[in-house]
Amino acid sequence: MTDSDVKSILLAGVGGQGILRASDIMCMAIMEAGLDVKKSEVHGMAQRGGCVTSHVRYGNKVYSPLAKQGSINLLVAFEKMETLRYQNYLTKDATVIVNTEEIYPPAVNSGDFPYPEDIILFLKSNYRQVKEIDATALARESGNLKTANVVLLGAISTLMNIPESIWGDVIKNAFPEKLVKVNLTAFQMGRDA
Amino acid sequence: MKILMSGNEAIARGVYEAGVRFAAAYPGTPSTEIMEEFSNYEGVYAEWSPNEKVALEVAIGAAFAGEKAIAIMKHVGVNVAADPLFTVSYTGTNGALVIITADDPSLHSSQNEQDNRNYAKFAKIPMLEPSDPQEAKEFIKLAFEISEKFDTPVFLRTTTRVSHSKAVVALEDPLPYQDKTGITYNSAKFVMVPANARVRRVEVEKRMQNLKAFAENFSENRMEINNPDIGIITAGMPYNYAKDVFPDYSYLKLGMVYPLPEELIRDFATQVKNIYVIEELDPFLEEQIKAMGIKVIGKEIFPYTNEFDPGIIQNAMNKPDKPANIPAKSIPPRPPNLCPGCPHRGLFYTLNKLKVFVTGDIGCYTLSYMKPLEGLHSCICMGASIGMAHGMSKALKEKGKGKIVGVIGDSTFIHSGITALLNMAYNKSNAVIIICDNSTTAMTGMQEHPGTGYTILGDEAIQLDLPVLVSALGIKNIRIVDPYDLKNTRTVIKEELAKDGPSVVISKRPCVLFKRAKSKPQNPLQVDPEKCTGCKVCLGLGCPPISWKKMERKEGSKREGISVIDENLCNCCGLCLQVCKFNAINN
Repeated sequence: MTDSDVKSILLAGVGGQGILRASDIMCMAIMEAGLDVKKSEVHGMAQRGGCVTSHVRYGNKVYSPLAKQGSINLLVAFEKMETLRYQNYLTKDATVIVNTEEIYPPAVNSGDFPYPEDIILFLKSNYRQVKEIDATALARESGNLKTANVVLLGAISTLMNIPESIWGDVIKNAFPEKLVKVNLTAFQMGRDA
Repeated sequence: MKILMSGNEAIARGVYEAGVRFAAAYPGTPSTEIMEEFSNYEGVYAEWSPNEKVALEVAIGAAFAGEKAIAIMKHVGVNVAADPLFTVSYTGTNGALVIITADDPSLHSSQNEQDNRNYAKFAKIPMLEPSDPQEAKEFIKLAFEISEKFDTPVFLRTTTRVSHSKAVVALEDPLPYQDKTGITYNSAKFVMVPANARVRRVEVEKRMQNLKAFAENFSENRMEINNPDIGIITAGMPYNYAKDVFPDYSYLKLGMVYPLPEELIRDFATQVKNIYVIEELDPFLEEQIKAMGIKVIGKEIFPYTNEFDPGIIQNAMNKPDKPANIPAKSIPPRPPNLCPGCPHRGLFYTLNKLKVFVTGDIGCYTLSYMKPLEGLHSCICMGASIGMAHGMSKALKEKGKGKIVGVIGDSTFIHSGITALLNMAYNKSNAVIIICDNSTTAMTGMQEHPGTGYTILGDEAIQLDLPVLVSALGIKNIRIVDPYDLKNTRTVIKEELAKDGPSVVISKRPCVLFKRAKSKPQNPLQVDPEKCTGCKVCLGLGCPPISWKKMERKEGSKREGISVIDENLCNCCGLCLQVCKFNAINN
């Protein structure tokens, strides 16, 4: 088994966006599909509005929960600018899914640093496939703003070769009953986006 | 059954599967979730102790009473617990005792990067180190077996990446709890006065010899002979990184990192041509293996600092990949920040304006050292702020009068601030101490402590009365302020700074994330775009909802932009309303 048989996904964003929850659900779906999976995540300081990342790695046998730089083929950025923070992890063939939501860090709030412009243009000129999603708007449409992470999960799921029925089952088990329907709707909206 | 578990969840499960029902801990990243998970299991005794030293002493007491007990802490917590640690190595454990040290390579959420494997050697305590959640669950069970078999405390060391990564874990049925508790009198073993300790000291060396022999055949010290050209000796998470990039090399994976199996290492050395030792932080294995006279390559190519990843190992061993060669686009940093409505914000905004030197401590409020608040000027360790404020004040004499403030959170004060405050009263200090009482242990995720009125098991408990305690320590000047009231907070601190003798100001307001909050946030505040002059004073609060919006300058106006408040984030603490001189902010 070599490294190239293991697939790596990077989820990145800002504390409070439900990134770790999304990567948990992703790992459960991978596990249900009969594959080995490991993921890494950051806690602690990150819950105070700092950067949050989660590496998800899966295949027949996974050793490292961290991917090496230059090896990740799929990046999902839950916040637009965060796409750029992890470029060194991506291959040139990478697919990038970007939530178009902008969350300003302190230096932008204070006016000391502009929010980077032309991010999508930059990504499109450097990576193989770039997909923009307004997950916040879709989440609002689904009926619950907090489902933006599940919208993005839906978008990623189309690139993961895991049967749709498994995703449905995992989402049903991941939420309390009253939140299942809205999350299934959000997931489907992400898949169709 | 197989489920997805973090290393910390797996450790808690392993403790439970081992039939262990007794745990004491103080929260600290990356260890916190072990205790939180363990406390959810049926029939356990779990406690947040006020600090790691007490937690270890509680676990030692339980072990002396015949119980199998565990004490859980982060790496720097072991420093706090070091005093009992070194001597429980002499007494042995009677029941069983395992200590978890959760190390933090890369300092994800710590003040230093110490390698606690050194404690194993220093205190002569065996140490196991798992490499993933499945091993974490199994190793904790082995740790208890070793503790019972050799009458020794045993360390289990994790790192952030083991504790906070998730993987597939196979569950087993838990062993039933067996009550072996009872009172045993054994002064020769339990009373460590010199005459007895000298005898035990010899026993410790015998035990280490026995443990060395045990390590030679320990199932988790394991050879994988593949390509004989390169052999890698490693342990813990770095094993996974190395296997990821070099699956075909030979490996000696050590599950027990102290004491080392010398014969097994020599055997491995005869089977491979070149040996690399791959370990994060200190050359702990490397130095011991080199002392055996075995030639290895280690820290001359691998970094001393930060955690590794597969790429770092690959690059160090001279097989770098070609970089993707995509231009980088620069972006602003995104540091963690105090939450919207955080009660610390008003206090540290005030301290900055008062131009005092603030000795800081460990907690969310440490974040206020950053721009724009810049209201905290030192951070060493839990509880250090009070002793340091006193020391600075004494050294500066008249120059420090009215200039030195120490700040400490409620949980941190209980952890290790009380004796330092007593010292201030006793030695006639002139500094002002501010206890930032937010009614919880916020930084690590809202844990209970003796001031909250509840235990980790959800039982009602005493609620430490801070003013009464502070008064009993001999402090005469005690004031309470609400940090949402900027004017009064400033006035009170100024008054206390002007007084002779030590003062304590309790800055009291629950954390905005507090689970038992009585009142809900009001309507979000708004900026009146007509009244806002663009003076940027409100931006000095560093509050996440407030941002600067640049605008075209109108003729005859100096205004270059205005402040705006994100209504989705605002918790309506009202600080910006108080600092605005133009009444431009309202509900």
